[in-house]
Amino acid sequence: MTPGELATQLKSKFGEILSEAVEFRGEFTVKLADAERIADICSIAKKEFGFDYLVDITSIDNYGEDPRWTLVYHLYGYGHRGHLRIKTDVSEEKSELPTVTTVWRTANWHEREIYDMMGIRFRGHPDLRRILMWEGYPYFPLRKDFPLAGKSSDLPEVAFTQTTPMAGGPFVTIAGGKDTIAREPRVRIPETDALATTNRVERRADIKEAHGKGFGPGPIEPKK
Amino acid sequence: MLETRDIQVQEPAARAAAAADDLQDMQGEKMVLNMGPSHPATHGVLRIVLELDGEIITKAAPDIGYLHRGDEKIAENMTYTQFIPYTDRLDYLAPLANNVAYALAVEKLMGIDKQLPPRCQFIRVICCELARISSHLLGIGAFALDIGAITVFLHTFTEREKIYNLCESLTGARFTTSYTRIGGLSRDLPPGWVEQCRQFLDEVVVNFDETETFFTRNKIFMDRTQGVGVVSREDAIDYGLTGPNLRGSNVDFDLRKAHPYLIYDQLEFEVPYGTAGDCYDRYLIRIEEMRQSVRILRQCLDKLPGGPVNVPDLKVILPPKERVLTRMEELIHHFINVTQGVNAPVGEVYFSAENPKGELGFYINSKGGGTPYRMKIRSPSFVNLSILSHLLPGHMVSDITAILGSFDFVMGECDR
Repeated sequence: MTPGELATQLKSKFGEILSEAVEFRGEFTVKLADAERIADICSIAKKEFGFDYLVDITSIDNYGEDPRWTLVYHLYGYGHRGHLRIKTDVSEEKSELPTVTTVWRTANWHEREIYDMMGIRFRGHPDLRRILMWEGYPYFPLRKDFPLAGKSSDLPEVAFTQTTPMAGGPFVTIAGGKDTIAREPRVRIPETDALATTNRVERRADIKEAHGKGFGPGPIEPKK
Repeated sequence: MLETRDIQVQEPAARAAAAADDLQDMQGEKMVLNMGPSHPATHGVLRIVLELDGEIITKAAPDIGYLHRGDEKIAENMTYTQFIPYTDRLDYLAPLANNVAYALAVEKLMGIDKQLPPRCQFIRVICCELARISSHLLGIGAFALDIGAITVFLHTFTEREKIYNLCESLTGARFTTSYTRIGGLSRDLPPGWVEQCRQFLDEVVVNFDETETFFTRNKIFMDRTQGVGVVSREDAIDYGLTGPNLRGSNVDFDLRKAHPYLIYDQLEFEVPYGTAGDCYDRYLIRIEEMRQSVRILRQCLDKLPGGPVNVPDLKVILPPKERVLTRMEELIHHFINVTQGVNAPVGEVYFSAENPKGELGFYINSKGGGTPYRMKIRSPSFVNLSILSHLLPGHMVSDITAILGSFDFVMGECDR
């Protein structure tokens, strides 16, 4: 049976709460209207439709939209070698849905990761703790409203209680702050303190001096 | 002057009772042992909190995340091409294979994965298989080292050095290769590379034989690995194991065969799988996979076609530099490509490749444009390690090194 047929049969079994299968690049996606039924759907998918391998669970933060969370389940069957994606939405107020660890034990770490990164809780999970971040970390870093540069946390006895060492991280250029060249110590020009030269024009002069003549366009002559 | 001391001697019956009391105490008390995150057998920064009853593990709680860098968050904030160097640092023992898997995932999203020129596909397969040999050589060497056989490690490392040399002449970097581009490769094979690679293959098969002589019928090795860390077929599937760890547990499944990508459907190779599911089977599978990789590599080098290595679409791939500097249109393409990235359609794809460690998958959710809205990396080591809390209890402490070695995980990929 092809994945498309499997998706159609799964829909005919559950009726309205499952959407029609959407195909994109040869992959089939069904949308589940009620997130509370996810464990039932997965259980039936495993027992009756041979999806014995849970590849992955992912969450998406649709920041600014309602419902805010989308959970994505990737299912695979070793028997029929078909792949199916089930998506379901969860609102921000609720941020909770049933666990599927009862169906596949591999879901344990996937669900812990989602809880850790986005703060969505899984009801009935045997061990819902943070997994990648440390216990007691106050934020959920993969949410869209969490800045890429990170936030300092005031917890005692954790690695960073103040701003991270690069003060904004190596990837972020803050408007009005130092640009990448000034922040990057390896390109610092000898005998000049590049960190002190926040002014672009000054730094350009330093570079020019270090490279000697023939670097860049010559000085701009005032119009006569 | 002689000094006299009184020695208190208990009655035999009282002594036996005291010994029994001591034993009772010891049986009732369990010890908690912290292993890692800096431990030679944990291959990086895995920490396991063990609860022991004597030498027997009664409970094991893996603690990961020490190498978490937020790769998925970073991916949301840069173009698809900019993320390629980050894929080097997932499974940093097989960066070439990660590059290929990631490029194929983005190409699947763009719908150009079937348009890749044949030469590009052949070279990518060569990259994948070289990475597999490199990763398995280290995996086996480190496995051997963990359970006390130092020679094997030095032996396999000699061959890895040659692979690094090949990588260097191919990509310009020994370790962090960043070789693929969306829609092609950063450069073609350098002159004479095919001959170098052929020579390497002739040498490496001798190394496999020697490694097997050290190891495969070694009594100590067999005693320490056979029947240890047995993962049943049901558990392997239920816990989502992939790669050699899945195949060790009697599942005949390889993504290269089941869902062939690139030109794997045109190549002849076998997929080895075990029956016992123990550490020894996982070792045997890695040895055989390397031999099959050599077979694949020889076929690829023989059949290697000519032609371009990039798709002919300048909206995807960077135009040649000399044309950028002389022609307006190419300059515009270059500018848009570098600043905005490729123009991916709205949609979502999941692509997974059979990497040395298992199924490396990328789920990309795109809202259009050059940046993914959400990218999830399904890393094999993360999932493979989740079985530890189920597998370790009941084993001796000394078996941990054998089990961890046979699972061949890498924390860069696990923690992302």
